[in-house]
Amino acid sequence: MSTFAELMQHKRAGRIRARKTANAVMLSLTGLLTAVALVPLFWIIGYVLVRGGKSLNLDFFIHLPTPLGVTGGGVLSAIEGTLVITVLAAVFAIPPGVLAAFYAAHYPNRPLGVALRFSTDVLAGVPSIVIGLFAYSVIVVPMGHYSGLAGGAALAVLMLPTIIRTTEEMLKLVPGTLREASLGLGAPEWKTSLSVLFPAAANGILTGFLLAMARAAGETAPLLMTALGNERFDLGQIVRSGVQGHQSVFQILGRIVNQPVDSLPLTLWKYAQQPYPERVDQSWAVALVLMIFVLLINVVTRVWIQRRARKLKG
Amino acid sequence: MSSHNSALPAFRQSNRSVRFFQHGDRPWQGLIVLISVLVIVLMLGIGGMLWVRSGVSRAAFGWPFLTPTLDANWDPVNNLFDAWPFIYGTLLTSVVAIVVAVPVAGGIAVFLAELCPAWLRTPLTWMVELLAAIPSVVYGLWGIFVFLPQVVTPVGNFLGDTLGKIPAVGALFVGPIPASGASRLAAGLILTIMIIPTIAAVTRDVFLAIPNSQREAAKALGATEWETIWQVLVPYGLSGILGAVILGLGRALGETMAVTMVIGNSIEGSASLLRPGYTMASLIANEFAEAVSSLHTSALVEIGVILFIMTLLLNILARFLVWQVARQTPQEGRA
Repeated sequence: MSTFAELMQHKRAGRIRARKTANAVMLSLTGLLTAVALVPLFWIIGYVLVRGGKSLNLDFFIHLPTPLGVTGGGVLSAIEGTLVITVLAAVFAIPPGVLAAFYAAHYPNRPLGVALRFSTDVLAGVPSIVIGLFAYSVIVVPMGHYSGLAGGAALAVLMLPTIIRTTEEMLKLVPGTLREASLGLGAPEWKTSLSVLFPAAANGILTGFLLAMARAAGETAPLLMTALGNERFDLGQIVRSGVQGHQSVFQILGRIVNQPVDSLPLTLWKYAQQPYPERVDQSWAVALVLMIFVLLINVVTRVWIQRRARKLKG
Repeated sequence: MSSHNSALPAFRQSNRSVRFFQHGDRPWQGLIVLISVLVIVLMLGIGGMLWVRSGVSRAAFGWPFLTPTLDANWDPVNNLFDAWPFIYGTLLTSVVAIVVAVPVAGGIAVFLAELCPAWLRTPLTWMVELLAAIPSVVYGLWGIFVFLPQVVTPVGNFLGDTLGKIPAVGALFVGPIPASGASRLAAGLILTIMIIPTIAAVTRDVFLAIPNSQREAAKALGATEWETIWQVLVPYGLSGILGAVILGLGRALGETMAVTMVIGNSIEGSASLLRPGYTMASLIANEFAEAVSSLHTSALVEIGVILFIMTLLLNILARFLVWQVARQTPQEGRA
């Protein structure tokens, strides 16, 4: 009998040891996997910093691209183009995004509210290249040519879900008592929304805009079939000739948005595939600028959001 | 909302339209309802527009356009098109990405939600999320010049020498991998890096949503930390984790630029992971702006339709699963 008890005890001790070992192995594995997953992050950031830093100079920011072999060329056209497209996208996406978010935040359980939030989720999952095809169909085909306008519209569709969702979340964080106080003082619903709720949530909403714009500025696929690319796009020249020709502001703006434009990611893509070392160097420089821009916005807004959330929670 | 002061006598006497605009709530309601409807219409419009634009191709080829075939054509000059090689490329690269990414992302999620010391949690979460913020083209550039020659080519050679010798499975690992590394394997691995943040973030949220009573009960019964995670928390959050995986799959299917830059863009007959290939998204990216005929354009749009439908279904499924977890869980545990 004693041998049986000993045997059982021995077995149990063995099992406990095995379980403890499995525990230690699996738990350290999760930590290891986290470390492994972060290797590409530091590898990419480090490599782009070093490689891009080598070919980055002032010419890069202030000159148009030059033909191969001519030194001193930059990517001014792409910087200006990115600016034009991103601003257009923000103008198209922000007002409707905010208004829709008011609806989603106030009436989340009405049928339209449910449908709206569902559509937003679906829209967020549509591949960007498919959105490019859509923008091509509804803007490029009717207009008959590629344009910055079409590029901006495509990016606006990409930004819309992010803007709706962050704005909705931020509006929900505003304490309900603020809204009730405003309504109780006799302010109508629209006034409460625009002059009480919106300002109270403004900081958080702004961070949502910035994150969406950072994503849009790095987006390439939909621009291939909308903005197309244009190495000779020159804002300064368009404005100057417009002013000399006594054109109205609207005519000048029209000329800016009505032609194909370059963008930084588009330029990166085109240059990276060329067999010339100068072009490849420039694409690394573009990658550096793009990456710093995107990461900076991300880090700054995240710090901001977190502080804000902490403050609101008290 | 808008009816509570309309009963006041002073208002009743004033001019109808003046009252309408002075109060302003009905125009405001109308505006936000209109915009919300427009967002829904936009979502439907994307599908509808692509459907219409792909009409020429659908009429010309019908269902055989989609069916698996060994001798597929993609011949814009003679107007012969088959979608299968691209569907295959998209599915294969996405499956590779999921198979490699899920264990890693799961590990990250467990580490961040259950084990990580509090001071390390925020910075680590941010770093994982920054991985998702890096633009796709930057991944592609790094892929071409760093990741492919230094990682993918050696790994590919190794897989070709080992797994390539096994019958049946070996067909997927027939080498040689090109010296540049450009292959379906490369696309799959780049996609892995890109979808890890998505899967990890959602899975972490699922873990954080599980009530503490589950953990306490398991520990009280004598379970180790790992047994608590594997036998209690994972089954509890399974549908949410599945949702996270599907969300990641959806991202992998639609990812364009990085894949286009590393997959080699070739329509050769091989089914192997180690050979260059094409995905639906990279085909559209490469050919759409230079399509030679209306049938060519239409066929590319039809491929876009396939992509749209695939991601749509996956997203609906994923949202449903994640939403189900959120519904069955008391709110207190959520972060």
